[in-house]
Amino acid sequence: MTPVIEVRDLTKRFTKRLDLAGRIAHRLGANIHEEVVHAVDGVNLSINRGEVVGLVGESGCGKSTLGRMIAGILPQTEGSVLLDGKDTASLAGPESKAAALAVQMIFQDPFASLNPRLRVEQIIGEAPLVHGYTDRSGLSDYIDDVMLKVGLDPSLKQRYPHQFSGGQRQRIGIGRALAVKPRFLVCDEAIAALDVSIQAQVLNLFMDLREQFDLTYLFISHDLSVVEHIADRIVIMYLGRVVESANTEALFADPQHPYTRALLAEVPRLDQRKRNFTPIAGEIPSPLNPPSGCHFHPRCPHVMPVCKTEVPVLEKHQAFREVSCHLDTTDSHDINNHSAQSDSP
Amino acid sequence: MTILAVDSLKTHFFTRAGVVRAVDGVSFSLGQGEVMGLVGESGSGKSVTGFSILGLVDPPGRVVEGSMLFHGEDLVTMPTREIRALRGSRIAMIFQDPMMTLNPVLRIDTQMIEAILAHEKVSRKEALKRACDGLAQVGIPSPEQRLRNYPHQLSGGMRQRVAIAIAFLNNPDLVIADEPTTALDVTIQAQIVHVAQNLCRERGTALIWITHDLAVVAGLADHIAVMYAGRVVEAGQTDDVIDRPRHPYTVGLLGSVPSANRRGQRLTQIPGMTPNMLSLPEGCAFRDRCTHNDERCKESPEITTDSGGHAIRCFHPQYEKAPA
Repeated sequence: MTPVIEVRDLTKRFTKRLDLAGRIAHRLGANIHEEVVHAVDGVNLSINRGEVVGLVGESGCGKSTLGRMIAGILPQTEGSVLLDGKDTASLAGPESKAAALAVQMIFQDPFASLNPRLRVEQIIGEAPLVHGYTDRSGLSDYIDDVMLKVGLDPSLKQRYPHQFSGGQRQRIGIGRALAVKPRFLVCDEAIAALDVSIQAQVLNLFMDLREQFDLTYLFISHDLSVVEHIADRIVIMYLGRVVESANTEALFADPQHPYTRALLAEVPRLDQRKRNFTPIAGEIPSPLNPPSGCHFHPRCPHVMPVCKTEVPVLEKHQAFREVSCHLDTTDSHDINNHSAQSDSP
Repeated sequence: MTILAVDSLKTHFFTRAGVVRAVDGVSFSLGQGEVMGLVGESGSGKSVTGFSILGLVDPPGRVVEGSMLFHGEDLVTMPTREIRALRGSRIAMIFQDPMMTLNPVLRIDTQMIEAILAHEKVSRKEALKRACDGLAQVGIPSPEQRLRNYPHQLSGGMRQRVAIAIAFLNNPDLVIADEPTTALDVTIQAQIVHVAQNLCRERGTALIWITHDLAVVAGLADHIAVMYAGRVVEAGQTDDVIDRPRHPYTVGLLGSVPSANRRGQRLTQIPGMTPNMLSLPEGCAFRDRCTHNDERCKESPEITTDSGGHAIRCFHPQYEKAPA
């Protein structure tokens, strides 16, 4: 089966160009260079139809940039995004348009992602009208239909976004995306800004819509418990690279990469009482000047000399599991011994 | 020993649109070295409760009723001068955004020395040394250099550490932490919780941790108070509240938290929206969203406490064990 979305060696670099004064100073020999941020660094990923893939990482790891490139709203520096096996960059005309419509995005901030001067019916109805999913006479019914699907009362369609609560606004954003009948949704921290009880409502909506419309999701989040709940497969990113990818159950039962282990250990859980929080040291390094070799080595408890020089490759360990680490991570005995040694003072 | 005893505190905001009863009769007490989790959704009044204790409620808001005894002295009637002396020395606060604590145009050392000299007569040199030790205690590497930095030169997690260091500078008896980790990443959140937890244990400081995240307080707090629409609806030992919640709102809230045991299933959701504080329903404020709503709920339920100290404000207490 061809995956719905496949990403090959996708890379995004943001370059801060030197201004005139900087260029002159550079000419004169000052130690000023263009700053390059490797936001996404050679990511490979494929997502099958009907699958929900959770993309997890801390801020600055490039997860949103990756999501935006897949959604086609940010051009990649290198690599390619394939929709149904076809490179989206090579498509032209109506095919390109269809590809753009097939992948839609839902944003984090339901306050910033809706135009405050448009009524709900304009926000939801604009795209389907332009792209011919409906005509003017059927537009009103079409909008009602979309609003009902996402759990909004169609009688409110004359209202403006500010008249809605955060959860309702997020539903408007979801309705806007669904109005063009996409097959693939990129949800970028789609529930992070909502209250706990409202989060559950929207998460349930996502699961209902998936069944109803046979949708495929890339669910970007920093919250592992949310991703654990909804995703079939989880991809962990660190500083622009994928460090581990596995089925949700396998990943939570037996995380392989030291970073994944650290992340899982630090997720606060309801069933843990009076725990001692034992954090991993350090912070996520600046992507302007990433560490050599394995990006995680300055924070890794199992660091070896080779980690500082060589970039580990993302290797397939078992079916559906890929890890990028120099440790022999298939042998979990090794890592356990290792941590036992480093823990004892 | 009880450090803080809050009794039927009411903080109301007198706006043009009407009176907002942000805090409407909140009572709790806190002993030395105890950690209390104050949990609620946005608009539940959890932050305003924290601000009221420190006397930081600005007009049109006002503490209209109740008492807050801090070491036996009432903070409500205390003259402003005395509250100023307490604030930052005996009671300190950590905000969600560390830039609410930090002045962006002053160096870290200036701000920390200022915080010490405002409450104590020590030499600048002595103050600088204490500032340096303070930074080291919250796990900031090379504190001497960091002291000479401006806040914008630090990362978000680092700034929050500085804010914590400042809060603990004068060895307070009580620290109020208002969602200090909400804006931070998971690994950094764990570091911040770790730092605050350790400092409180070492010094016997009482801590009020205000948050919307039940999972964080479950691992941190001795007891938990759950707020809804300005009132405490359930309070008790952490184990009681999390494992045996009795108020329908707490039950719903715990059911909303995604967890491993119910992967892929629908979450039990609380219907409806967080309430508008200007037009609360009569009686129990949770009535509109509650599945046990009946005629009795049109009256306001009183808070009742069982022998184990587990208090709820509901006519229809739940006995079922919460889905873990």
